[in-house]
Amino acid sequence: MSRNKTAGYKGPYGYQKRREGDGEWDFNWCDVGWLRENFDHSYMEEHVRICHFRNHYELTRKNLMVKNLKRYRKTLEREAGRIEASKCDFFPRTFELPSEYHLFVEEFKRSPGSTWIMKPVARSQGKGIFLFQKLKDIMDWKKDGSRSEEQRDETQVESYVAQRYIENPYLISGRKFDLRVYVLVTSYIPLKAWLYRDGFARFSSTRFSLTSIDDQYVHLTNVAVQKTAPDYDPEKGCKWQMQQLRRYLTARHGTETIEALFKDVDNIFVRSLQSVQKVIINDKHCFELYGYDILLDQDLKPWLIEVNASPSLTASSQEDYEMKCCLLEDTLHIVDMEGRLTGREKRVGGYDLMWNDGPVYREDVNLETLGSACFTANTHLGCVNDRKKQLRQLLKPFPGKKRI
Amino acid sequence: MMDEGTELSLTIAQIVQRLKATHLHSQIERQAKECLHRPEIQLESLKEDVRNFLKASGWERKLQNAVYRELHVQPLPSHPAAPPEHAKEPLAYMRKAQVNWEKRILKSLNSMCTELGVPLARKRPAVEQKELTNKWNEMGTDEPDLSRFRPVYAPKDFLEVLISLRNPNHDSSEEASAKSHWGLIQVPLHDRDIPQMREAYSELSLTTGQLGIDDHTHVPPDLFESEHTRIGKKVVNEQDSAAAQQYSRQGCPTGLRADLWALILNSTNEPEDVMHYEQLKAGVIHHDLLVDNLIYKDVKLTASNDDYYFVFEDFLYQVLLCFSRDTAVLEHFSYNSATPPKSYIQGKVGVEEFAVVYPPNGVIPFHGFSMYVAPLCFLYNEPSKLYSVFREMYVRYFFRLHSVSSSTSGIVSLCLQFERLLQTHLPQLFYHLREIGAQPLRIAFKWMVRAFSGYLSTDQLLLLWDRILGYDSLEIVAVLAAAVFAFRAENLMEVTSLTSAEVSVPRPQAGRLSPTHTHTGFHSGPWLLK
Repeated sequence: MSRNKTAGYKGPYGYQKRREGDGEWDFNWCDVGWLRENFDHSYMEEHVRICHFRNHYELTRKNLMVKNLKRYRKTLEREAGRIEASKCDFFPRTFELPSEYHLFVEEFKRSPGSTWIMKPVARSQGKGIFLFQKLKDIMDWKKDGSRSEEQRDETQVESYVAQRYIENPYLISGRKFDLRVYVLVTSYIPLKAWLYRDGFARFSSTRFSLTSIDDQYVHLTNVAVQKTAPDYDPEKGCKWQMQQLRRYLTARHGTETIEALFKDVDNIFVRSLQSVQKVIINDKHCFELYGYDILLDQDLKPWLIEVNASPSLTASSQEDYEMKCCLLEDTLHIVDMEGRLTGREKRVGGYDLMWNDGPVYREDVNLETLGSACFTANTHLGCVNDRKKQLRQLLKPFPGKKRI
Repeated sequence: MMDEGTELSLTIAQIVQRLKATHLHSQIERQAKECLHRPEIQLESLKEDVRNFLKASGWERKLQNAVYRELHVQPLPSHPAAPPEHAKEPLAYMRKAQVNWEKRILKSLNSMCTELGVPLARKRPAVEQKELTNKWNEMGTDEPDLSRFRPVYAPKDFLEVLISLRNPNHDSSEEASAKSHWGLIQVPLHDRDIPQMREAYSELSLTTGQLGIDDHTHVPPDLFESEHTRIGKKVVNEQDSAAAQQYSRQGCPTGLRADLWALILNSTNEPEDVMHYEQLKAGVIHHDLLVDNLIYKDVKLTASNDDYYFVFEDFLYQVLLCFSRDTAVLEHFSYNSATPPKSYIQGKVGVEEFAVVYPPNGVIPFHGFSMYVAPLCFLYNEPSKLYSVFREMYVRYFFRLHSVSSSTSGIVSLCLQFERLLQTHLPQLFYHLREIGAQPLRIAFKWMVRAFSGYLSTDQLLLLWDRILGYDSLEIVAVLAAAVFAFRAENLMEVTSLTSAEVSVPRPQAGRLSPTHTHTGFHSGPWLLK
């Protein structure tokens, strides 16, 4: 069984460049560009696996994600009521520009003095993002019927989203940070999603202040942006492992409060995936590793910033490198080309099964336990990741074990 | 020698004297006066009733905690005829060594001062004062030119001093033999042996539950963790210092640690504590001290480069700059073998009325000093509270790690303890390392001087410091250092030089020991004790 990787990722399996015109692969770790060009023309045998869903952009492009979430929320409100729908209130007010310009202006006027953030829908690593507080800063995106046909054709503005900026982020020692969390989806129908225990908090290298909205180094926490900041010191590193963050928050706020916070974070993953469940083209050959960006505010409410279909796998430090290697290794274990798993596992290495056509609980649900009220979710974000030990036990050769 | 009874009365008298001057005293007095209006206070049983009221309202507990705190910082009881320096350090040769060391440090500081033409202290012009006030919460953004400043000393310089310590009354002329001490520390101090430690550290035995070991994922929480946490909550509710200290021996749950440590150290955050901190801050704003630059440099070199603590850079300045100006710290010199450096007003050298302690708190920071504060930022983020906890930790424990003394928690004893443990339990390894010129202490010294801060991941470090607080002793630092070597014994037997030995001893990713090592350390600790 050959393994080819097309992207420049170093991994435990090594990689070879795909040869042109070579359609013979069993496992393809491709980039989204390749997918766009080739997916529709590729014939894939039963066992073959590829690392993206055909129309993943429904979740990962900022404007489409918001569109799907808004629609899902509406449906939920209609079917299950206000309270259930309010569980989807984890993304800030967002409008696509220029198409929703007028709706945006209405909202803008309703909250005078507020700060908004403009993001191009399809770019990454913090490129093209800026903050604004006055309408005149976004005149280019004004949907104006007065412009002539010619004018409009000439200067096509790039599609952006305008999003209410979270002005009270949770700060640690005066610095803003966001969370990068990894979620692996192996199927949308039925929905099967795994949550990785490791992740990290990315700090901005300067102190947070609303007075300097032009200073993108203050507001954007992407490592890519921070790397170009004038006082960036690569030796310094601006990341904390998720475990470190979780312990810090627990020390500051207590176990119960932080457990509730992480429960809210779980909710974000599940709802966001459910919102695109009916739109994504499900394909048994596909799996996808998402990088979720989450921001906490001072009230310890988590907000969804965006979802990445190709989370960066470049390492900023030795620790980071090892984490990402383990992440990839465990991803491959779950994809399970070797057919070693039974399909009933709730944990594989650093991954915990979060959703399997329904919530997954730590406790075994059977007739005896059914009566009890407390079931805890099977997620361990920021908890101890003793994956080596777990894998040794899991993948022990066992006579007569068959894959379902 | 005084008999126990007299000793006790003396101690009580001293504590009463000290507490009379505190805010707590006036608070309790006021409470006692005000409670007279209460219906349950009867004239016939006045004393009883007031006492009961103070007990029920929690004031008795606060007083107990204050007394308990005083007991921690009492100088050792000594004969009334003994001079005060005996309370600092009973052994003459140690005192002498400390004095000489201090002379060297001061010389180094003064020459830096002259060389750079920077005054020891200077009043800031108004403009500068305003600037600093505005930037108080983000001093880390400042990038002053610190290239000319060097740390006054580094741990390895201090190690050389300890290595050269000799007791003039001890005859060390015997030929080196299997019975003699192989290590670098050649002073005959008495340490606790294994059976004594086993008894003293009974809560760390393998049969008693521990946080850091028995709360791991595969151990069901109701076996130990849940009950331990429940008890912890109770201790915090009761606000009992002594109970908190006892509890801490088995580790503090993450969510309760901040409160428990504050209890053990009797660190309050009352208005007068906040006010004291604000006064210190005002001192920083008004005057610039030479040592401030040393602090900046140290933070930039150590904590700012640390993967875990870089975030807390600003807090470190806010704590350490104030610490330098806190004359309340001078109190601890009554039981510290060190003496604060004195400087004299110009022209009045030697005249005591014109003597000024420099820096005001008498503590000259060395390379790595800021790492004593860094882990605490994880628990407290109100500067005045953080400050209060750090200061208490310093005057109870940290000062012993960089002064020459015979105390069992002193660095000399820790080094000796470390070497003795290694020689007793891993003689082959010790011998091998000695032969290749890699004395174990040269590797372990820097860990112990910093109480492992920066050499352990934060959660492991906090578990270690739980025990330091719980047992009111730094001895466990020496045991852990030995345990680390025990854990890597196999690898270390293969090395052929000091450098490769350094590398071989656990220094993974961030230059830290991993949880497994400390896990084993805690296990080995008791194992060693067995």
